Amino acid sequence: MNLSSTNVHRPGTIRSSAGPRSTRPKAPAVRARKLVPFAFVSPTLALITLLTVVPILMVAGYSFMDNVIVEPNPVFVGFANYVKVLSDPTFLTALGNTFVFITLSTVVHLVLGLAFALLLNTPLLGNVTKAIFRVIYILPWLFTIAVIAIVWRLMLDPSGVVNYLLGTFGIQGADWLSTPETALGSVTFINIWSGYPFFMISLLAALQGVPTVLHEAARVDGAGWWQRFLYVTLPHIRPVIISMAVLDLIWTSQQFALIWMTTGGGPLNATEVVSTYTYKQAFSNFDFSTASAAAVIVLLLTMALAFFYVRQQKVRD
Amino acid sequence: MSNVTLRGRREASIDVSRQPRTAKKTLLKAGAIAALVIGALYAGLPVLWMLSTSFKQNGEVFALPPKLITSGFSLDAYTAILTDPSRLRFFLNSYIVAIAVTVLTLLVAILAAYGFSRYEFPGKRLINIVIVSVQAVPPITLVIPYFGLMVALGLYNTYPGLILTHMVFTLPYAIIMMTAYFNTLPRELDEAAKVDGANVWTALWRVLVPISVPGIVAVGVYTFMISWNEFLFALTLTRTDSMRTVPIGIQLLMGQHSFEWNQMMAMSILGSIPVLLLFLLFQRSFIGGLTSGAVKD
Repeated sequence: MNLSSTNVHRPGTIRSSAGPRSTRPKAPAVRARKLVPFAFVSPTLALITLLTVVPILMVAGYSFMDNVIVEPNPVFVGFANYVKVLSDPTFLTALGNTFVFITLSTVVHLVLGLAFALLLNTPLLGNVTKAIFRVIYILPWLFTIAVIAIVWRLMLDPSGVVNYLLGTFGIQGADWLSTPETALGSVTFINIWSGYPFFMISLLAALQGVPTVLHEAARVDGAGWWQRFLYVTLPHIRPVIISMAVLDLIWTSQQFALIWMTTGGGPLNATEVVSTYTYKQAFSNFDFSTASAAAVIVLLLTMALAFFYVRQQKVRD
Repeated sequence: MSNVTLRGRREASIDVSRQPRTAKKTLLKAGAIAALVIGALYAGLPVLWMLSTSFKQNGEVFALPPKLITSGFSLDAYTAILTDPSRLRFFLNSYIVAIAVTVLTLLVAILAAYGFSRYEFPGKRLINIVIVSVQAVPPITLVIPYFGLMVALGLYNTYPGLILTHMVFTLPYAIIMMTAYFNTLPRELDEAAKVDGANVWTALWRVLVPISVPGIVAVGVYTFMISWNEFLFALTLTRTDSMRTVPIGIQLLMGQHSFEWNQMMAMSILGSIPVLLLFLLFQRSFIGGLTSGAVKD
């Protein structure tokens, strides 16, 4: 009795030991015990249903209707909203800007994050020095996007400190966030500053997990720093790099606050991304139907990325 | 005799090679420090500039050449924020929402994580995949139905509306991180408690939870941070200043006719202090928990 009660909580053993006996009628106690795990996860299931499943069904429903939310009796219009969104040049511009914004951000996040992680992991420096620098390097990540947006607006102002510093090097500054040619690059630059620390932290943890024995062995075989990085370090941290890159693409594609508070999508749609486009359709134009169609398109694109992430995680399990 | 010469020769050979190697090492070390300092300037200067501007008079903000400490150095901007009841209300709202989100998230996540860590049940894999996927659902997709839903439920422009919707961001992470943490604790612990006559519930709260405090703290800090920083839902699901949170309060400062840069920076500093403090206090367990949970290394 004692044995079987402990076995209940060992998934591997309960299945094999109970297998031959499972044809026998089960005692109510056993059945009740089978419900225990569901009791533990049921609050989560209820919340996820309320906060994601129901809303996604709602927004999908809205996207096939006209005049939702603002009118009491919306009518079914089929794919008309999708046609409207996909033939809207502003949406296509937003899609292109989003692509530039997320790929540039992710690539530079990775490069900066890896470079800083390698620096913070170097055996050349003492642990205290590295700990102090680590805190400084994590700083950008600890500020909310609203704060980051206004600090950079201050610094990138035409008469701000960035243009002053460039001027001391003889470089002509610009009105970075208000010029169509530089706005997207500037917003991406700010996003890079705010997002690299998460890469850095994860890669630093991964670097610390690379067995030093491997490095020693490679060194004995005469491998230089670059070769050791290429053939020992990189294969070891590759899974983390891929996971982080996909996660970052997803997160960056969802960035709203930064663009909303720096440029609002302007000037001339130069920084319009899919999230600001959808927000404006809904809460500036009160065209919730078009916004819903855009929102569903965004969801589908993100899910395609998420699919790769889940598959990647499965491979690593 | 041969022994001595051997040792002598070895020492000699070491001495020959040590000279250039230490020189090279010093050079490398100097290079590493230089690179670290350049990186630190990139990371830290904007923060320093924010701090510096918050102590200036507004008229000095764009004075040339830029100075870190000006003659008008004062705490005026902070006083202006801290004596304005409508702005203090933003802070109160942020604390209420973030603390409630943290407590509720931890409660729900601990239960779910215990279920995932200690039981095998039909549908477990599917539920796991759903939880991982929820993290990827774009907030902009959710905000439209949330708006309809919160109006319908009478939760528009209320604390419960914000608290509930923030949990869509915090819950998946918290469950993944807590499950990873529980998985590191041996099952023998809760089984021993059960042998002593405790039921599952007591085993969880009296045995597992007390020894999981480092993990719970890490998850709690991260949850607080996400909720404190949330922008889109706070923007769309609240209407009156009495319900606005700090990030929206900062945006509202910016929207006013003249730009009070020193006050905006002071508000930014004040709004960042809770997260900065939590991070500095719990840095170690926080980074450990985050990387083990989120990236599953």
